[in-house]
Amino acid sequence: MTALLEVRDLHAWYGESHVLHGVNMHVNKGETVCILGRNGMGKTTTLRSIMGIVRKREGRITLGGQDLMAMALHRTARAGIGYVPEERGIFATLTVEENLMLPPQIASGGMTVDEIYRLFPNLEERRRSPGTKLSGGEQQMLAMARILRTGATTLLLDEPTEGLAPVIIDAIGEVLRELRKRGMTVVLVEQNFRFAAKVADRFYVMDHGQMSHEFPVGELAARMDMLHETLGV
Amino acid sequence: MTMVFGVPIQALMGQLLVGLINGSFYALLSLGLAVIFGLLRVINFAHGAQYMLGAFVALLALNWFGLNYWFALILAPLVVGLFGALIERSMLSRLYKLDHLYGLLFTFGLALTLEGLFRWQFGASGQPYAPPAALTGGMNLGFMFLPIYRGWVIVFSLVVCIAVWALIEKTQLGAKLRAATENPTLVQSFGINVPMLLTLTYALGAGLAGLAGVLAAPIYQVSPLMGTNLIIVVFAVVVVGGMGSIMGAIVTGYLLGVAEGLTKVFYPEASNIVIFVIMAIVLILRPAGLFGKEA
Repeated sequence: MTALLEVRDLHAWYGESHVLHGVNMHVNKGETVCILGRNGMGKTTTLRSIMGIVRKREGRITLGGQDLMAMALHRTARAGIGYVPEERGIFATLTVEENLMLPPQIASGGMTVDEIYRLFPNLEERRRSPGTKLSGGEQQMLAMARILRTGATTLLLDEPTEGLAPVIIDAIGEVLRELRKRGMTVVLVEQNFRFAAKVADRFYVMDHGQMSHEFPVGELAARMDMLHETLGV
Repeated sequence: MTMVFGVPIQALMGQLLVGLINGSFYALLSLGLAVIFGLLRVINFAHGAQYMLGAFVALLALNWFGLNYWFALILAPLVVGLFGALIERSMLSRLYKLDHLYGLLFTFGLALTLEGLFRWQFGASGQPYAPPAALTGGMNLGFMFLPIYRGWVIVFSLVVCIAVWALIEKTQLGAKLRAATENPTLVQSFGINVPMLLTLTYALGAGLAGLAGVLAAPIYQVSPLMGTNLIIVVFAVVVVGGMGSIMGAIVTGYLLGVAEGLTKVFYPEASNIVIFVIMAIVLILRPAGLFGKEA
C-alpha cells in the first residue's frame, strides 16, 4: 500500500535557523498519525512545511502523488489538505458563521453546515457573535469545523487539546473518532499522549528536527520508558 | 432675515452645503485610503494623483471621444482601477516584504511622476468641465438655493460609501478581505488567492479615487495638481478617523467637511487649519483615532 502523504528528507529554515534536519514520514489513507515531541523539536514546523506556510524548505512532500513542494500556498489546500493551527486562527472581525464559511470548498464530500451544527451545537447558538468571543474550546471546535466543511480529506491538527478542560478534550477526541469513521486522514501534533493514545493509529517521536522513533499504538505501553525520557514528562 | 447665532441662515446653510460637498470628497477618498491601508498596509500617497486621473479620464473622454458625464462615471473608476491593478501587480507587490516606508515612498514617487506627466502634457492651469444637462440649475429650498449638481454629489457619494461599507462588512468577499487583514498567511493556506485579493483591493481604492475625480470635475476645475491640494487634508481625515477603520473614514470625512464649513462662517481665518487642529487634539487624546480599535 502506498502512502497518501509522503515526506522525504525534509529540511526547513526560519530565516538562518535550520529547524528541520531531514524529516521522513508517511501517512496512509484513513490513518490517524500522531507526532509526539517536546517543545521546539520541529513538530509545528513540520506541519507548516507540509502546508507550504514555511517556504524555505527542501526535500520531497507528496499528497496522493501530487508534488506539494512546487505549489503556491493558496494551491496547497486544493490538493485536499486542511490545516488547523495551534493558535486556532479564529478571526476577531468575522462572526462565528463568517469564520465557518471562510475557507472555500475544495472538493465535494465535506460536511454540510447542518451536519457541522449538529456536531458542534454551541457554534450554531453563537453564530452571530464575533469569532474570538468564543471560549477556547469553542474556538478549537470552530477551527476544526471550518476545515471539515471544505471537503479536505487530509487534516493537519496542531495541539488541539492545548489549554482545554478535560471534558472539552473528550469532546475533541469524539470528533476525531467520528472523522476516522468517515475515512479522514489525520496528522496530529500532541504533547498529551494519553489523549493521543485514544485516537491515533501510529506514532512518530520527533527530536531535534528529525523523527527519532516510529511505532503503532499497540506498542505504546512497551515504549513508555522511552517516551518519558524523550518527552521529559 | 433669519439669524442663527448672529449669522444669517443663508450664509450658515451655504457653508454647511460647501462643508457637505467637501466632506463627500473627504469621505470617498479617505474610504479608499482606509481600504488600501487596512489590507495592504500601504499608505497610498498616489491617491490624490488617482483622483486627478479620474477627472482627466472624464475630461478626455468628452474631448476626444464625445463620451458624456454618465459614461465617465462608469469609465473613469474602471480605467483608474485597472491602472491601479497594473501598478500593484507589476511594482507595489514587490515591496510588501520590505519596510512599509518603501510603499509610501513608491506611491509618493508615482504621484509626482503622474502629476508631472500631466502638467507637461496639459499645462498646470485648470480646465472647466460642464455638469451634465440633467443636473444643471438649482432648487430654491426656501431658506437657500441648492445647485442640483451639488445635491447629486452629496447623495451619490453617500450611496457609494454605504455600498462599499456593506461590501466589506456584509459580504463573503468582504469577510475574506477582513480575514486577510488579520492573518493573510492563514487565509492563503485555506486556498484563497490572497495576492489576487491585494490587487483587487488596491484597484478598488484607486477606482474610488477615480470616481471622486469625476464627481469633482464639474465643481472644481480639472487640473494636474487638483489631487495634491486635497490629499493632505484627506490624510488628516484618515488619522482623525483611525487608520484602517472603514466606517470611521466615512463618518469622519463628512464630519470634518462640515466642521470646516462651519468654521468658515464663525471664524473664517481658521477654516484652512481647523482640520489639522482637530487632528492634533485627537492625536493627543485618542492616538488611534476616533474609530480606531486600539485607544
